[in-house]
Amino acid sequence: MTKVTPKGRPKAKTPYKRYFDGQKDTETGDGDLKHVKVFSKNRQNFTGDFISMINKTKKPRPQKAPAKPTKEELEARPKKNPIPKEILDKYSRGEQVQPKGVKTRHFKEQQTRKEVYLEYATEQAARTELLLQETAGQLQADEGETTAEFRQSQIAENVDIQSSAKHFNLNMEFGPYRMRYTKNGRHLLLGGKRGHVAAFDWVTKRLHCEFNAMESVEDVQWLHVPTMYAVAQKSWVYFYDKKGTELHCIKRLNRVNRLDFLPYHFLLAAGNSAGYASWLDVSIGELVGNFNTGLGDIRMLRHNPRNGVLCIGGGRGVVSMWSPKVREPLAKLLCHSTAMSALAVEPKGQYLVTAGLDRAVKVWDIRMLVHDKPLTHFQLRLPANELDVSQRGMLALSQGTYLETYSDLLSGGGSGDGTRLPYIRQRCDAFVHGLRFCPYEDVLGVSTAKGFQSLLVPGSGEPNFDAMEDNPYETSKQRREHEVHALLEKIPPELITLDPQEITGVDAPTLQEKIDAKRKLFHLKAPRINMKSRHKMKGRGGTAKAARNKQIVKDAKRKEFIAEVREAKKNVIKQHTADEVGAKGKAKTKAPRSVLDRFKPKPPKKQKT
Amino acid sequence: MKVKMISRNPDNYVRETKLQQHKMPRNYDPSLHPLEGPREYVRALNATKLDRVFAKPFVCNLSGHRDGVSCFGKHPKQLSTLATGAYDGEVRIWDLANRISSRNFVAHDGFVRGIAYTQNGGRIFTVGDDKTIKVWKAEAPEVGEDEVPVNTILSKFGLHGISHNRRDNKFATCGEVCAIWDERHNDPLKTLKWGVDTLHTISYNPVETSILACCASDRSIILYDQREAQPLRKVVLTMKSNKLAWNPMEAFNFTVANEDCNLYTFDTRKLQTPLKVHFDHVSAVTDVDYSPTGKEFVSASYDKTIRIYNAHHSHSRDIYHTKRMQHVVCVAWSLDNRYVFSGSDEMNVRMWKANASEKLGVIRPRERVNFNYQEALKQKYAAHPQIKRIARHRQVPRHVLNAQKKMRTVKEKEQVKEANVRKHTKKSKKVPYVSEKKKHVLKEEV
Repeated sequence: MTKVTPKGRPKAKTPYKRYFDGQKDTETGDGDLKHVKVFSKNRQNFTGDFISMINKTKKPRPQKAPAKPTKEELEARPKKNPIPKEILDKYSRGEQVQPKGVKTRHFKEQQTRKEVYLEYATEQAARTELLLQETAGQLQADEGETTAEFRQSQIAENVDIQSSAKHFNLNMEFGPYRMRYTKNGRHLLLGGKRGHVAAFDWVTKRLHCEFNAMESVEDVQWLHVPTMYAVAQKSWVYFYDKKGTELHCIKRLNRVNRLDFLPYHFLLAAGNSAGYASWLDVSIGELVGNFNTGLGDIRMLRHNPRNGVLCIGGGRGVVSMWSPKVREPLAKLLCHSTAMSALAVEPKGQYLVTAGLDRAVKVWDIRMLVHDKPLTHFQLRLPANELDVSQRGMLALSQGTYLETYSDLLSGGGSGDGTRLPYIRQRCDAFVHGLRFCPYEDVLGVSTAKGFQSLLVPGSGEPNFDAMEDNPYETSKQRREHEVHALLEKIPPELITLDPQEITGVDAPTLQEKIDAKRKLFHLKAPRINMKSRHKMKGRGGTAKAARNKQIVKDAKRKEFIAEVREAKKNVIKQHTADEVGAKGKAKTKAPRSVLDRFKPKPPKKQKT
Repeated sequence: MKVKMISRNPDNYVRETKLQQHKMPRNYDPSLHPLEGPREYVRALNATKLDRVFAKPFVCNLSGHRDGVSCFGKHPKQLSTLATGAYDGEVRIWDLANRISSRNFVAHDGFVRGIAYTQNGGRIFTVGDDKTIKVWKAEAPEVGEDEVPVNTILSKFGLHGISHNRRDNKFATCGEVCAIWDERHNDPLKTLKWGVDTLHTISYNPVETSILACCASDRSIILYDQREAQPLRKVVLTMKSNKLAWNPMEAFNFTVANEDCNLYTFDTRKLQTPLKVHFDHVSAVTDVDYSPTGKEFVSASYDKTIRIYNAHHSHSRDIYHTKRMQHVVCVAWSLDNRYVFSGSDEMNVRMWKANASEKLGVIRPRERVNFNYQEALKQKYAAHPQIKRIARHRQVPRHVLNAQKKMRTVKEKEQVKEANVRKHTKKSKKVPYVSEKKKHVLKEEV
């Protein structure tokens, strides 16, 4: 029965039978015995019959592994859980770097490899969208209704108890109030013109402190933690803690009108009635910038959260943007032909909203300052005196005692009607002096001449907070921890620029700089040469000879320099003319050629003189 | 009217008991994390500063030798064992984990010139100035027994170095000739000779195991093959090379430590020009050893410092020195890539961390993640001038600083002179520009 393997075939895996193998084979009988798999001892302790013992035959192995899909096939295959493009775009940090301009092959490859990781990171970040716990609020009108006609009491009736508790009024008697929420939206600070300062946890309505400063209070502002705040009083700025204890009196900030705080830079920005803009570093207590803006009394001041630049609205309808280390404005924007009345920056730092006495409200894109037209332009019946934009892009504006919110910054209007009715409107009992959306809540805080109102605006706040940035539920221990980390990564004030990503970019000269460099070539002066002649011990020297040598060297250097500059100039001119000629030449050849052109008369030859 | 407001259930955001971790809901939306670039930059700056703050590379000092340390032998299997030989003929075996010398014996009259472990770590070969090769057991003798060599081979020639083959039981010695030995025979299998000069160091290639390289006192580096009867190739530099180390991962590359304060990395296939010249030492380089990853190497110098280089960079990444360390004679990189050993003239063996700011001991996963993040940040922002300045700054001993200044002036002077010569030579007789790489190689012979 032994088969002889043919020559060409590869060797059989099983070795040839030896004499002892044969013995076994005969004992077991036929070769086609089934392989019995015996289970471990504890599994063998069954009470049933032996008949039920499982006979498992070894499965024949699949002949060939399926061929690996090629790269094209893999790419063509749809991904398992595709992410919608708009979500990917939300998390993306911009377009991929094209390796085309990268110089060496090594760096090209490095760049392409990096892009793979970045793409993966974007995808992973986009996938976390699934884990977000909350959804944004919303208000929808039924048939025949508009959202504008809903009263606050109606909304408060229809929402859950926890939310309806967020609508409340405070009647206070110490004059026009200013107000601020903390960055995490948990605490509220009120400052009355006639000296009343109150800080409280507005969610639980627990009062931290309340006192009268016995001086006029111009503005209030929370600092980096909800245990400290600054109050701009009649002459100076004071720091208080949560209990109302005076911590500091900053006499270098005097007659301040408006306060703002840059949380990542730890800078308290102040604008005073003499037109000075000042930045106080609250971690070291030093003024990092303090200069006269020349704008006169500063009444409108907001910082751009995207880059930390301070936007100051002036009386001439111009918004100027300031950085503490640059004494000139980084940019100026002529927004209104009349005086401005209010100013707000969107929390994402994309848009600037301005209102003027010309009763217009304009929305500007402040990432692209080259456009001289606003993105949107609303015309109101009265000039808006306060403005604010919520985290999800809702606009709130007040005209005296009347208050409107729009569901979208750019298109305006409520959701119920297309005729640009406001989303929610409200008439307050007194003149509105302050208006702020509460971060991470669907609440709009309004401070008036007679007190404070907390209004419900469904869909205004970001529902999902990031606990590493702002946590409304943080404990005191977490707060301390967060403070330390925030201090460790305090951004130096020098890095406040219009483009916050400038620091990650390549420092390449712009076209303007290149042109300037070329232009400069034509006005260059030879540098002054300070030669120090070597002190020679040997040989005949003397001051006259030394001086002559010096002059020779100087002249030589100067000549060299002039020759170099001349050469450079020549090159520039040559290039310039070549470009022009090339452009002209191209224009000539560009004329469409036809087959019949050869029958045209030839251009006359130039006569030799 | 349909209305919905954000109304968070605090149970989802506040921990129930103090035994739990705080709940940290995340939202990776870039608009909630403004100023990404500047914040990352500040973090990178802090990471670089911390890196310098924690840069404490010195681990311990192993003292016990009664004369200067001359050579090292790394155990191929045990990380905690190191053999060192001294000028007085004494060999010490160190238990690095406990920082003690576990065994010592006098092996030779005069210097111990080289120590090599067999490929399984069972035996130790030592060569000395007394023209003998001695074989020792790797384990310490029983209590009461004397230290006796398993075998003593008397060589006809003087011996200056030894290297053991990585794969089979052959080893090679150098001296007046290069000799290939079998462990079981008392006579060399083969002797290879090129010229009359002494060979003072020898090294087997770790991958292509029959290739050897030697440095000779006629300033040359010679390549041998143990299977061939003749040497392969020879390259002559301007000055003598002291030691040679093969790159364990890119085994066609090797680095030599040269007398002229530089190290040269060569590609075996192209010996005319070195791949890289490594500068920065201010005195003769005495020893070099590669890290097991092949990405870095450490060099010892007569200027009392050791430096760590990236294998493909010309300037050193780090410099280690102490006040008491004298001329460093030998250096070794541990096989777990974490430590560096240096042996110096003042009888001490020192242990250093290969990465100066690395944290020793157990590292928790969160800590590890943080270290990785910091590393990535440092890399990303490495080109920024402030970060670069902090990362590059090293405090060096005064004598090194002075020597550096001196070398710089000498080099500048030479450059000026060359420029002047070029300027005042006729245009027809051109003075060629010679690259720094090509300056140091005199010729290659086959």
